Amino acid sequence: MPITAPEYAEPRRTAPALPAPRGEISARLLTALRSGRAPDPVGAAADADGLGDDLHLALYVLYELHYQGFEALPEQLEWDPALLALRHTLEERFLAALRAGVPGVPDVRAALMGLLVEPTGHDPTSVTHFLQKQGEPWHLREYAALRSLYHLKEADPHCWVLPRLHGRAKAGMVAVLYDEFGAGRAEQVHARLFADLMADLGLETEYGRYVDAAPGEMLAVVNLMSLCGLRRALRGASVGHFAAVEVTSSPGSRRLAKALRRTGAGAAAVRFYEEHVEADAVHEQVVRREVIGGLLDQEPRLEEDVVFGIEAMVLLEDRLGATLLSRWHHHRSALRTPSA
Amino acid sequence: MPYESEERDGDARRVWIDEDGPVLVQGPVEVVLPDGRTARSDRFTVALCVCRRSRAYPWCDTSHRLVPRTGQGTGTGPPQRKGTPDADHGT
Repeated sequence: MPITAPEYAEPRRTAPALPAPRGEISARLLTALRSGRAPDPVGAAADADGLGDDLHLALYVLYELHYQGFEALPEQLEWDPALLALRHTLEERFLAALRAGVPGVPDVRAALMGLLVEPTGHDPTSVTHFLQKQGEPWHLREYAALRSLYHLKEADPHCWVLPRLHGRAKAGMVAVLYDEFGAGRAEQVHARLFADLMADLGLETEYGRYVDAAPGEMLAVVNLMSLCGLRRALRGASVGHFAAVEVTSSPGSRRLAKALRRTGAGAAAVRFYEEHVEADAVHEQVVRREVIGGLLDQEPRLEEDVVFGIEAMVLLEDRLGATLLSRWHHHRSALRTPSA
Repeated sequence: MPYESEERDGDARRVWIDEDGPVLVQGPVEVVLPDGRTARSDRFTVALCVCRRSRAYPWCDTSHRLVPRTGQGTGTGPPQRKGTPDADHGT
């Protein structure tokens, strides 16, 4: 099947500019990064809103030092002790907010139960149902612009869990990630497929291009993956998060493929989601059986953390979905800066 | 899956049957359909639809999960969500 996207330009060939601040914490951080001085210690960060815009932009910037970095910033800042200290403080606020917000069901089976049924008919609380039924091209462009914060580094945050796993859990996780990264073919890497989707929809594909446009609810979705990936103590949560994404991906991807087809998007755009319908039906099974099953055979005490990862993912996705739908139902852009 | 939780008997290909879902087979796989066509998947593990509801038949597309919206489940466990959250489809 020919790809309709024009010539491919790698989104990560350059590092993005720093985003604009959203409050005191992020302003101080960005000033410190630009000046090359250590950020003011803790201060407002210690009692920041754990789900707030300001905190999440700061966290997002700090995490990006571990992925792609920023234009003109020294790469050594990734391991700067003052920045790591600030990140730790912000993460603790974020974690406290998540722990206060999740239901805390007793086991993995219960946590996944609600995700493993798919009620027929229209769900007015679901973004993908909305897009399938009444999404217009501008909705789909906004959706893709926001999701690009993750999909242009798709599956990268979950790679950090690999050295913390062994045996069945590791073998299963690597097998799924191998698929995510194109099974040895660069043009099949899922991040590449998403860049092709963006180009097809007329979006700009430079890495970090839509960070300023993304509401804090989207930043938090990505920050959760980075947080769980970077902390060994949260390896159970990282695996749980991954499982929740894989379990929910297939039906949602089918709705998005339909929405794109209905609105006249090209083959490259439809292909990204069609690939995920079938791939994630497999990944879900492998992650549940081998990765979660393997991990909990080895370390049964991590079950609570696996549940936390599942529930935190659901909490933040529901929150993002509510934000997008409230804007779109009022015929307003879901982007902070109308750039898509 | 190319790995196993128990000892395998020689080099026999193991097939997993999910309780409510697909049959998992180590890939690559060629499936000969009733009309004579052949479907092929090179994925490391392939999920074969056995509920016959898949719109990507013979591959599983999770259609086995479909339940009537009004259903309240079996009455066991926590109340069910209205639907699945909108994840980062997919990974």
